Amino acid sequence: MATKLLDKPLKAFNLKSDKHPDWCPGCGDFGITNAIQQAVAGLQIAPWDLHFITGVGCSGKTSHYVQCYGVHTLHGRSLPYAIGSKLANPSLTVIAAGGDGDGYGIGAGHFVHAGRRNLDMTYVVFDNEVYGLTKGQAAPTLPQGDKPKSLAAPNPNGQINPFALALASGYTFIARSYAYDAKHLKATLMAAMQHKGMALVDVLQPCPTYNDLRTKDFFAEEVTFEGADVPRVYYMEDEGYNGVVENPDDLNEVNEKRLAAFNKIYEIEERTGLGIYYQIDRPSYSDFTKEAMPLLKEYNPVDIPYYDADMNPTTDISSGQASVVI
Amino acid sequence: MSGLTEVNWMIGGPQGTGVDSSATLFSRAMAVAGYWVFGKREYHSNIKGKHSYFTVRVNHDFVQSCLDPIDVLATFEKSTAQIHAHEIMENGALIYDPKSTKLEDVEGLDPSVQLFELPFDEIIKEMAEETGKNPVKLSIMKNTIAVAASTALYGVSIDAIEEALKGLFTGSKAKLVELNMMAARKAYALMEKAEGFDSFAYKVAPQVNVPAKESRLLMNGATACGLGKLKAGCRLVTYYSITPAVDECIYLEGRPEYGITVMQCEDELSAVNMMNGAALTGIRASTATSGPGFSLMAEGIGWAGMNEVPVVVFNYQRGGPSTGLPTRSEQADLSFALNVGHGEFPKIVMAPGDMHECFEDGFDSFNFAERYQTPVIVLPDKVLANNTQTIEHFNQEGLKIDRGNLFEPNIDNPHEDVEASMATHKRFEVTEDGVSVRSLPGQPGGIHWLTGDEHTEIGHITEDPEIRMAQHEKRYRKLDKALKEIPVDRQFKLYGDPNADVTVVCWGCLKGTMLDAMPVLKEKHGINMNVLHVRLFSPFPVDGIRKVLENAKQVMSIEMNFTSQLTKLIQTEVGFAIPHKVVKYTGRPVSQTEAVDAVMDVVNKKTERLVLSYGH
Repeated sequence: MATKLLDKPLKAFNLKSDKHPDWCPGCGDFGITNAIQQAVAGLQIAPWDLHFITGVGCSGKTSHYVQCYGVHTLHGRSLPYAIGSKLANPSLTVIAAGGDGDGYGIGAGHFVHAGRRNLDMTYVVFDNEVYGLTKGQAAPTLPQGDKPKSLAAPNPNGQINPFALALASGYTFIARSYAYDAKHLKATLMAAMQHKGMALVDVLQPCPTYNDLRTKDFFAEEVTFEGADVPRVYYMEDEGYNGVVENPDDLNEVNEKRLAAFNKIYEIEERTGLGIYYQIDRPSYSDFTKEAMPLLKEYNPVDIPYYDADMNPTTDISSGQASVVI
Repeated sequence: MSGLTEVNWMIGGPQGTGVDSSATLFSRAMAVAGYWVFGKREYHSNIKGKHSYFTVRVNHDFVQSCLDPIDVLATFEKSTAQIHAHEIMENGALIYDPKSTKLEDVEGLDPSVQLFELPFDEIIKEMAEETGKNPVKLSIMKNTIAVAASTALYGVSIDAIEEALKGLFTGSKAKLVELNMMAARKAYALMEKAEGFDSFAYKVAPQVNVPAKESRLLMNGATACGLGKLKAGCRLVTYYSITPAVDECIYLEGRPEYGITVMQCEDELSAVNMMNGAALTGIRASTATSGPGFSLMAEGIGWAGMNEVPVVVFNYQRGGPSTGLPTRSEQADLSFALNVGHGEFPKIVMAPGDMHECFEDGFDSFNFAERYQTPVIVLPDKVLANNTQTIEHFNQEGLKIDRGNLFEPNIDNPHEDVEASMATHKRFEVTEDGVSVRSLPGQPGGIHWLTGDEHTEIGHITEDPEIRMAQHEKRYRKLDKALKEIPVDRQFKLYGDPNADVTVVCWGCLKGTMLDAMPVLKEKHGINMNVLHVRLFSPFPVDGIRKVLENAKQVMSIEMNFTSQLTKLIQTEVGFAIPHKVVKYTGRPVSQTEAVDAVMDVVNKKTERLVLSYGH
């Protein structure tokens, strides 16, 4: 987030576009979209400075429903678009969003490498374990052997743990929220947007049409954990969990927090913690290019001047060709 | 004045032993001495060990193609002589190391070829004794020894070597000049004493019109494209490592003074889409790739076409299909480039024919992309990308930046007038020429949406058949506009006598080959040929090309592919069937020698399809 904040209060409803969502009734996408609008309003980000970039699928349409520069890209490619945008114009607030199939399936390669670059942006994943728009095929987050009603046979593919992948890839903010928990979701998104670096917010979300296993009731159930009956979904903070690294230069603390996060990440096989799993302050790709290229200290890449008022190019190529002049 | 106005030198050896640096030193020395050079680089997809070679054509005048027979073959190990000895012309020379190369193992050597032994190890040993340096470390000097022996044989002053070394080794490496000069002096001394040195048939005459210092460049096309992009204001390039495109990216990465972000991506899907995302902000963004990478980019290029994003894709063609011939030349991506991406969308496709056109395309491609708000695909080939040659400075006179139709916000204080600032803009307004006003994120009053789906004027998804037609037609109108506006000599050009007896149609690097062949055909064979070189393929200059071909007496085409792709395009679009087709698909460039023979073959035998195959 780098945008100048608004002088006049912006309300979430101002961020609704004229386009009405065509999602199924009860879809978690509504809650996530509302929360995104609330978070943007909560931070008073000028909507014309917001580059909201989505993938393909039900969640991919979200960008059409927000009154901002909305970009509905290709399946799995929201992150490369977002990275390109943020690299070129760091003054924009960039949010990428998409489904779990989009981000952890077809876009898995980009998901990993976005972590390595650690650009200052937020990636929201709508995690419902199925490919909704093509009628409910298994997404990479669906456990092996599960058979939601949309599948003809139990899922033979194993599942991936996106947070373990994110931690290994260099994401500097990793958090989970729940589509029906509006307050927590908004707060989590705001924290992600305020984080300086690559933030992943995985949002658990029922798909009422195709996934009859992970329903609203499922998330409201109690489970047995370490011998006690506890709510399946809980706030990690309430149990004193703190994934935020205070001093990134303190290797002991980093190792400790990373290990704790890793253990917490795999707890999802038994119960589901909401909140920040891990957060650290680390340099980004752009921090390095700024050091290497003096011009980037002065200008955003998109603002580097290259022509004058008469449209004459002003770039002097003589240093670029110095080594080949004879 | 005695001596020749043209010689053709070759050096070879296993990859990783300095063949490239030898050729660079030789080319630079010859250029410093005032000659024009054209260097052909041939190498394997391999880091160390496999055979690579470099030929350098040296001429008193500007040349832009390679020649086949060589007059001096410089070697420092046995394989090069074994592979290339038969290419040495009558009375030419073989420079070899008697310790590693046994002449009885070398086949095909013309008996008239002069043999010059060069005891590389002894020279290195002497140097080690004189400098106290490790002889193993000094063995890199074999390159300089081979080069210096060659320039000595050609009769070029050792001063040229010294000046070339000073150009190559600067800053902290400057101390290497003296060490290399020590090797060069020893090589000169040995050669000058050698039998047959004075009477060697291929002495090169001193250059009469020595070009002024710093008046020329010695470079390859990858660098020329990169310089064009810099001049155009391109400040973001994405790529995934691939031969030969990566040379452009490596060049740009080494130029931090321009503030250009060169992002190495995880794959070409990322590269193309990251370029698209960057271009949305208004930066001039580009990607560079080759064959396999270009295939992966198809979907992203389609998105840019659908959303009218100005992006520039350089596809440095190499031998296909699949990984094909990764380090060799071919012009076989034209049909694919014209049709890249599923569905239909307008794209501008063009190909440079020489170093100057590489620079021009590097520059113009961004103007075209922004003016017509559509992807521009530029197709250099590996010959242009990798071969080095001397050229005059790029013409930078009259260059203009064209940003196309950009939105200009007119809200004084966006924060005071939030309602206007949040207003929706018709990014895809249906207009007469098809171009709509492009707003950029960050601009108040410019909000719109983008989607790969068919969309309304503000960018929302629609499946309405009328809107579909209006948007599809609007996008395609931009190509009509482009064809009207792009200068005709930028689309295609007829070189030579308009009333020539033979017209040769070509594209890409074959421009240089055919232009070099033109005077030879006239002088040696009395053939009056002209050359139609095509640079723009989409939109295709149908009327202009038809006019040239209908006025031509005898038409033939020459292309480096199997299916004569440009010839087919002309047949489909113009309705003109070119009766004689010359093709080469070995992955090796067409030399001037081959081109002259090919034209004569077609003229004499009326050959319908001639397949060329020269070169190792």
